[in-house]
Amino acid sequence: MTLRPQPRFPEPDTEPFWEATKERNLVYQTCDNPDCTDKLIFYPRAHCNSCGGLKTTWNTSKGEGVVYTYSVVMQSRHPAFKDLGPYAVAYVDLDEGFRMMTNVINVDNPIDDIQIGMKVKLVWQEQGEGEIALPMFEPA
Amino acid sequence: MAQTREAAIVGIHEYPLRVAPGVSALQIKAASASKALEDAGISWQDVDAVYDTGSHQNIGGLGISEYLGLNPRLIDNTSVGGTSYEFQAHHAATMIASGKANVALLTYGSTAHSDRRAIGTAGATGQGSPTPFNNMEDPWGMTLISGYGMVKARHMHQYGTTNEQFAEISVATRYHAMRNPEAVKAMTALEFVGVNEITTQDVLDSRMIAWPLHLLECCMVSDGGGAVVIASKEVAKNCKKSPVWIIGGAEATKYRENGGDITVSAGAQSGPRAFEDAGVSPNEIDVLMAYDSFSITVMCLIEDLGFCKKGEGGDYVSQGILKFDQKGGPALNTDGGGLSSNHPGERGIFLLLEATRQMRGESTSQVDGAKLAVAVGNGGQLGARHATSPTILAAD
Repeated sequence: MTLRPQPRFPEPDTEPFWEATKERNLVYQTCDNPDCTDKLIFYPRAHCNSCGGLKTTWNTSKGEGVVYTYSVVMQSRHPAFKDLGPYAVAYVDLDEGFRMMTNVINVDNPIDDIQIGMKVKLVWQEQGEGEIALPMFEPA
Repeated sequence: MAQTREAAIVGIHEYPLRVAPGVSALQIKAASASKALEDAGISWQDVDAVYDTGSHQNIGGLGISEYLGLNPRLIDNTSVGGTSYEFQAHHAATMIASGKANVALLTYGSTAHSDRRAIGTAGATGQGSPTPFNNMEDPWGMTLISGYGMVKARHMHQYGTTNEQFAEISVATRYHAMRNPEAVKAMTALEFVGVNEITTQDVLDSRMIAWPLHLLECCMVSDGGGAVVIASKEVAKNCKKSPVWIIGGAEATKYRENGGDITVSAGAQSGPRAFEDAGVSPNEIDVLMAYDSFSITVMCLIEDLGFCKKGEGGDYVSQGILKFDQKGGPALNTDGGGLSSNHPGERGIFLLLEATRQMRGESTSQVDGAKLAVAVGNGGQLGARHATSPTILAAD
């Protein structure tokens, strides 16, 4: 089976995020600057994209959130996806406030069984022992 | 702000072929430049400003200047995807107004179709140097079309917009395409199923590519290109055709943001600024060339530029006003758009070309007495990082 496109390294902004997935932790950053008015940082960056601060803290998400929106891919030419059948790509709003791209899985019919606003929880798609895992979501 | 008329589009050319095997992107650019300068009545060596996106065979402003044999005193490599040419028109008009240049040349060439680039459905390649974007997006298999599908799904959820309403955009665009011989040739060359006018039901019956986007809500992948010549008012006086004045422009960006509203494009920022720059309002516009990568893109641009209130685009497009021979609002995408005429990847230049034809009275779906047009491009991806720039044009 052809592997999905993998995160590639060296890429120092996102490497800590993917390293954390080896421990099955979904992590996000917050800005350490007390004056920063929008402390949440996601996708990962070594700086705060609200205030430009260079000190950030990594936090672990509980992995609970809601579907902000989704689309069901009926046609993908990518070898890793083309035989998958219809699959849902989604933006999920985590309860901690960050929004991530992901897949919503473990549903029979992604068009009908997923709804915007639906509660979902984190599920890991394993890719091999000691490897990174892909954070995905399923109905909570 | 008072309207100024310091720079005008004086020459245009749209490369006629949508399937152009054996021709390079650079050749399309050079041929289009030659024809556009001929259209203007300006000689090759009078070009003193070169604008380029650098995305055609990876050759930018320096390389294209050498290739064309020009010695510009100004080069601009602005590259923001599909709206690059509205950004460039804004820059060119501003630089010409400040006296830094007299004749600006914008060129486009692409062989996306002949290269068999599956732009909308390919997904990420997983190649090239790693970036934070790729690493946080590629593993989940989002295709370009599903990225726009996510915006449409949210629009339907948030405002109750229906598939039938979205389909109105495709229907009006095809109506115009069928009157444009170049668009008819394009659809024929690209083997469209049914080169004819379509109904909303046809759109709903077309196959789903990425729910909730149907095939007939998605632009084609063609070859093509074109050129635009922008000149100072002094130069414009001696050109062959009436100048089409650039009276307003603005630029903005927007990103996928934590807690943000994905249904609001960057046009919500740049739209009002462009209208203020031009000293006109949306209800005065005769022709709206809005980037139709997908139906949802047009819906967002109509709302965000203020042709109706946010969220009311569905009702707006359903009231029978989009076609060139209907009253009550600007005609939409009168060349047939990316949905039904051409889309080689960066369609922004064609918005300027058709808006110019309308201001000259040369469109195949000519709006009677058209005096004001908006060409609004959207580049990047609507549901993620994108740029939106309106260029407002006025007839002489």
